[in-house]
Amino acid sequence: MNFDPFIIPFNIGLYFILIYAVVRSVIWFRELSRPDKLRLQRGFFGKAFGQSLKEIFLESLIHRKILKSNPRLGYMHMSLAFGWFLLILFGTIEADIFGERHLNPPYKAIFFKFFSPDHGKTFFEASYAFLMDLILAFILSGLVLAVTKRFFSRVVGMKKTTKLKPLDKVALTSLWLIFPSRLIAESLTSGAYGTGSFLTGNLGAALASFLPANELAYPFWWLYSLSLGTFFVLLPLTRYLHIPTELFLIFMRNSGIRTGDKPGSFSEVEVHSCSSCGMCIDVCQLGFSAGIHTIQATYLMKGIRNSDYIHDIAHNCLMCGRCDQICPVGIEISPIRMIVRRIEENDRVYENSWNGYFRNRLNVPAPKQDNKPSYDFLPAPVSKKADVLYFAGCMTHLTPSIKKAMVKILDASGLNWSFIDEDGGACCGRPLMLAGNDREARELINFNSQLIWKSGAHTLVTSCPICYKVFRESYYLDVEVLHHSQFIKNLIDEGLVNMNFLQKRVTYHTPCELGRRSGVYEEPKEVIRHVATLEPTGYDDENSLCCGGSLGNIMLSHDKRRGIAEDVTARLTANDPDSLITACPLCKKTLAQATSTRVVDIAELVAEAIADAPALKKNPSRHKKKVVRESAASL
Amino acid sequence: MNPHVIVIGGGTAGMEAAGRLARAGMSVTLIEKGKDLGGHLRDWYHLFPDRRSSDEVLEYLKGQISHQNIRLLTGQQVTGFIHKGNEFTVSTGNGDTINGDALLLATGFDLFKSERKEEYGYGIYENVITSADLEAMFRKKEVKLVSGKKPERIGFLHCVGSRDEKVGNIYCSKLCCVTAVKQAIEVKKIFPASKVFCFYMDMRMGGALYEELYKEAQEKYSVGFIRGKVSEVAVNINNRLVAKVEDTLVGRPLKMELDMLVLMAGMEMSEDAVRLAKETNLQMGENRFFKPADHHFGTNMGNVNGVFYAGACTAPLNITETISHARSAVTEIVNYLNTGRK
Repeated sequence: MNFDPFIIPFNIGLYFILIYAVVRSVIWFRELSRPDKLRLQRGFFGKAFGQSLKEIFLESLIHRKILKSNPRLGYMHMSLAFGWFLLILFGTIEADIFGERHLNPPYKAIFFKFFSPDHGKTFFEASYAFLMDLILAFILSGLVLAVTKRFFSRVVGMKKTTKLKPLDKVALTSLWLIFPSRLIAESLTSGAYGTGSFLTGNLGAALASFLPANELAYPFWWLYSLSLGTFFVLLPLTRYLHIPTELFLIFMRNSGIRTGDKPGSFSEVEVHSCSSCGMCIDVCQLGFSAGIHTIQATYLMKGIRNSDYIHDIAHNCLMCGRCDQICPVGIEISPIRMIVRRIEENDRVYENSWNGYFRNRLNVPAPKQDNKPSYDFLPAPVSKKADVLYFAGCMTHLTPSIKKAMVKILDASGLNWSFIDEDGGACCGRPLMLAGNDREARELINFNSQLIWKSGAHTLVTSCPICYKVFRESYYLDVEVLHHSQFIKNLIDEGLVNMNFLQKRVTYHTPCELGRRSGVYEEPKEVIRHVATLEPTGYDDENSLCCGGSLGNIMLSHDKRRGIAEDVTARLTANDPDSLITACPLCKKTLAQATSTRVVDIAELVAEAIADAPALKKNPSRHKKKVVRESAASL
Repeated sequence: MNPHVIVIGGGTAGMEAAGRLARAGMSVTLIEKGKDLGGHLRDWYHLFPDRRSSDEVLEYLKGQISHQNIRLLTGQQVTGFIHKGNEFTVSTGNGDTINGDALLLATGFDLFKSERKEEYGYGIYENVITSADLEAMFRKKEVKLVSGKKPERIGFLHCVGSRDEKVGNIYCSKLCCVTAVKQAIEVKKIFPASKVFCFYMDMRMGGALYEELYKEAQEKYSVGFIRGKVSEVAVNINNRLVAKVEDTLVGRPLKMELDMLVLMAGMEMSEDAVRLAKETNLQMGENRFFKPADHHFGTNMGNVNGVFYAGACTAPLNITETISHARSAVTEIVNYLNTGRK
């Protein structure tokens, strides 16, 4: 027997999805920018290809990242993805070896049992059937978890799971039906023919003992084929598009393509690669500290896919990057959020069509750009000559104790330094950028750049991580940009400042803009350890929390912000430290309102340690390094 | 036996209420956490609007509580109370318990801690002081800069910790405006040649004779009123304060050099009262002051029968209002005890 009408739904679904995948990928490729096309071509014939295969295996099939952070959830995803992959792989091998012919059409492998019902009699055949049953059992165990998760998400260690749209529910039901219908169809056929292994064989024998197995099997084969076909046809219209799309994403990313700041093929592939796994929901502080459960990354992706009104979702976000960090697919969520914000800022409305969300034609023409400068009232930039420049920034001016501490440290260093915004200069530009006003930000960037160029300095020190990030990434400067924690670390390494060891137990709050956004984790901690006893909090490094004062959110009310800050300080001061240290004036200001524990900036801590030190010997020699800590401890 | 009322808090409200209760035939225990009675009144110099000495009011209140029915417990912190039937048992930090038939909370307020507005530089720049610090200087008759020099330019910054969402206080503390006007006049009287400025958001001169005082400050004492809140304070090379402020009437940013900046600290529910409220399930309003049962008829009552409130533990109140509020609390308590405690 080679054909039966029940395979038609499966065939329609399969060929539909294959053709769809080819057409879609051609469109995506054509819409890439020229440099990205070149990257992709180079990637295809280079190292990126191997890397991608490895990553596809580890992440798309095994789900390594989820396994690491949440083993039960990881197992659920792995059993479904990797199990299904094995079932197809070994099913194809089975059909090719044991079938009537070699090299069969796909349906022969999927419905092998139907076409070779008495397969499994010999020892070799039985062993292979055992393997196939094992894989099916593996998938079914994951399916049980998945069904349970849908109704009781805490079973897989998640507080919340994603909400679905109706079509997703249909697709989900068809997906859930695939494996049980296969199990029952195979079991009944096996029962009728006395074949099958531990799962299908035993279940089949049991069912056949009181049911007309052969007659009942046929409708279940239809159900199996129908659920597969339905699932494939619905795939492009639902979140399950992530299954094929993620392969593109991995390949594009390994070829060096990044989201950037404009919408394009890559951001669209990213949006479609979101599997709605919901990992971003549980790490979102707006969820667990502020009770806002509608704006998490997975809902942003869903909103973009469905062309919903997503202004509030895009803007009501702390931009802390905790979801970027946890996303198992590695979607660059924050840049995508920024793209949406920029589109909204320009009052453009995008019309959705079948082939894209971001790239579509405008149905309202973009307003004519108003080129009138916004900051033409700024004076001509004037700056003193110096080696080291200190840019305090707006927020540091609002926390003068940090400014005072930095002046003391810079004076103690003996370096030739100058304070470029002592009388209050211009803003670094990042708050405007975060609100989507890039053109206005550029005016401020130009003003500050001139100040810096004219000084002839080789180092720029900032106290604010927000400034630090923008100076490093959006300015074209010929100076080394350092956050003050890095600068102090250098001073310590070079023996330029002498400090006492303070008998204090402290915890450290890593600011988002310094940590996750700029990758500066170690220097602040090393500086702190140099002068005090640093204790872990459980929210260190990549797992650090947002203070709640984020500039990235202009929608959040003050009481919600305060609630977040109170929650954060409670977690960071659980072991009752003498001080809570941070390295950002905005974090300091936000956290200090929410706790009775003293909140100080790392510069203040260092300045305090300098205060008790004996008269300083200024020796800028790089060769004469002292072990400062020992000398300080012996005082 | 006389009904026994326990009054917690020996400030203006507590003293006035205790005296009136005793005269109404109640036996009263007045518990004060500090060593001395008088509360914040002891820190003030002159009271607005007539610049009467606060010591006069204190003398009056001391006269009120010298009564045989009043038992004083000073230096005792109330840690909680239990409500059983119609009886209250108050426990103090010393481990004592006091039983009574009704409870009057007159726990007053705390001054907003100005360090929390770090941008104003309190505790960082030596010549940034609070309104309470200035009153202390008046009392010592030593108004001067830390260097010992006379201040030539003095600024008063209104709304420090009041009407400020960022510190969680959206309410108006209502007394700071008139206090600033009063203090500005006092400063001008001491240093007639000095320049005095008030930085305000709105001038809220709603009390009797306040507006007259405001007018006097402008016309007689040439105090400058600038509508705009200081955004930040720094020091310049001469160690003089520089306040950044926007004059919102002119629509221009200003930088003002000052010798001294006085922060008009607002009023907050006292921390001890917040703790007590949380432990005993007394309701607090959004402003964290005790929530009155009714804003028109029940400002002396809360959500627990037999517990009464008097004074600034319910909202920012001035001395006049506090005394009136204490008296109305006495009426409510007497009524409660005489009519079957309902």
